[in-house]
Amino acid sequence: MPDLLLRLGHRALNRMASLGRASMLWVASVFWLPKPADLYLVVRQIHNVGVLSLIIVMLSAFSIGAVLALQFYTQLARFGAQDAVGVGLAVVLLRELGPVITALLFAGRAGSAITAEIGLMKSTEQLTSMEMMGVDPLRRVVAPRLWAGFISLPLLTAIFNVVAIYGGVVVGIEWLGIERGAFWSGMTDVVEIWEDIGKGMLKSVFFAVVVTWIAVYQGYDTYPSAEGIGLATTRTVVYSSVMILALDFLLTLSMYGDF
Amino acid sequence: MPEQADNVRTGAAVSGDENLVEIRDLCYAIGELVIFDELSLTVPRGRITAIMGPSGCGKTTLLRMIGGSLKPDRGRILLDGRDVSRLPRAELFSIRRRMGVLFQSAALFTDLNVFENVAFPMRVHTSLPEDTIRDLVLMKLNAVGLRGARELMPAELSGGMGRRVALARAIALDPDLIMYDEPFAGQDPIAMGVLLSLIRNLNAALGTTSLIVSHDIHETASIADRIYVLSAGGVIGAGAADVLKDHPEPEVRQFINGTPDGPVPFHYPAPDFEQDLLEEPGEGKRQGR
Amino acid sequence: MRMRTVEISVGAFVLAGILALVFLVVRVSGINFEDSSTYSISARFDDVAGLKRRAKVSLAGVVIGRVSHIQVDTEYGEAVVHMEIERRAGPLSTDTGAQILTEGIIGSRYVSLLPGADEEVLDDGDEILDTQGALVLENLIGDLVTNLGS
Repeated sequence: MPDLLLRLGHRALNRMASLGRASMLWVASVFWLPKPADLYLVVRQIHNVGVLSLIIVMLSAFSIGAVLALQFYTQLARFGAQDAVGVGLAVVLLRELGPVITALLFAGRAGSAITAEIGLMKSTEQLTSMEMMGVDPLRRVVAPRLWAGFISLPLLTAIFNVVAIYGGVVVGIEWLGIERGAFWSGMTDVVEIWEDIGKGMLKSVFFAVVVTWIAVYQGYDTYPSAEGIGLATTRTVVYSSVMILALDFLLTLSMYGDF
Repeated sequence: MPEQADNVRTGAAVSGDENLVEIRDLCYAIGELVIFDELSLTVPRGRITAIMGPSGCGKTTLLRMIGGSLKPDRGRILLDGRDVSRLPRAELFSIRRRMGVLFQSAALFTDLNVFENVAFPMRVHTSLPEDTIRDLVLMKLNAVGLRGARELMPAELSGGMGRRVALARAIALDPDLIMYDEPFAGQDPIAMGVLLSLIRNLNAALGTTSLIVSHDIHETASIADRIYVLSAGGVIGAGAADVLKDHPEPEVRQFINGTPDGPVPFHYPAPDFEQDLLEEPGEGKRQGR
Repeated sequence: MRMRTVEISVGAFVLAGILALVFLVVRVSGINFEDSSTYSISARFDDVAGLKRRAKVSLAGVVIGRVSHIQVDTEYGEAVVHMEIERRAGPLSTDTGAQILTEGIIGSRYVSLLPGADEEVLDDGDEILDTQGALVLENLIGDLVTNLGS
């Protein structure tokens, strides 16, 4: 029994230490704003995490928009309220599904790639060699990826929302025959810039910070071996997904929570 | 920032010590495991010094300490008379510009091609114009015989070529100290010969100080001016290669001559063999848990 | 050359993201760049029956404002409803009436304004005097029962 307690305490201390390391990583790299000459590092990372995630984000967005329109239609048509499909679609997407699903996809596509790449750099001694060359790997490797994540995820979320609404339009208007004017005007009547679009984008900024941070930290803290990289990549996806969903609940509660 | 680097350089010229690196009473332990126990050694300027020893005796750890990325528990590591482990971060980074390190895994940046890998230290530490950088990179690559491979990516290089590119990168800023971490491990005989002659020639041509960490005894012995043999956290033998062959310490002789059994036992600690064989199979398993 | 395609794709990506955001703001939220300034008026009701903040304020069925907040005045036992009215809807005369209605049968409550005829117009901070509270179903039934009984 004392043995168990000892081990438990040891684990708790390890967790605490790794949280400390993660915070230090954060502070050391994020307060470094890229110099104009180093901007290309950030550009390259935006390509890796943003542009390369675009296809999966757009495909998912279209099918989610289409499915939502279908479900809303079948339910609302029973009350003869199929004109409200546009409203439902827009509010659900802008407030919840857009930021959350984009962040989950981003964690799976870009977060895991960041972890694997940094982990590989660590296990092939690239990080150490950089350090020994007098170049801070936090600035050279970590910071550009953090910034690229912060920039990319909100942009991806905006694109996701537009494509998903387009998916809803294709199904709702072109296929199910909702009247076009009613669809759009219902949407514009209800949707508000700050309440729906602004807060949704703010959520995605929070998610961007959390996901990129986890991805970068897991990569940087990898045990340098093939197995270690595999484990770290899995952890990135699992931790990010859990954090996104938990954080989403808290954010929704504090943003829309005057119940 | 460049001013600071200049200061460091002039500082180096003023203190004309004979030894570039001096390690005094170094102690370091990872948890219970003692890596260094009162280790002291010196690396004379302009020479090739080798640190040898069985696997796991902390040779690579020592290189990292000299580079300042690990801090010792006790003792001093002096580079040009300045204690590396007590320098503030900014000065540490500037002193590292005067060191070149060749890693065992070459550690080339996988997202940059050969040319950019060699140009990397120049780009981050100097503000030289692009055509000067080009000339310098081609000079370094020519020195390792890979000027023609400048457009290749690291993944397209063989192990030996990768290490030569890494060497070109390590000498990019004409460092005072070049550290080689296991430069011969896993190389075919031709690549090994190329590396040996490169290390010897570079040291002579550039007037740098070299520190080789290795356990390839024959290759290292053929180029090193002085060899330190490490074991159990301390130096057990030091001197030129032929002196060490007849060293009074049997462990040093075992290492240099490569005999399988001796003071360093062949067997991992185990109970008596006969007794072990007689034991019931189940018991052993339970003990294993 | 490789770096150049990276740069171009990143440029296109950022542009697409910003355009998407602009699309959301303009097309989905239907922002209008007309005068959106408002002025505040208030009205007292004996019963608001679950009227909520941000409920609609309409005149002749057209939305011209929102309820900004609702207070209760314990001295008179009345609810004070503050409303933000859009200036571009035009002036409202001082004898404008206000009543609380329900959208459909189960819909939410809203404030409906009844046009007045006075020359004077309401301005920021003014109060509507002619009000009629919500019709509460239980009260109606209660009245009906007493009337039938008498």
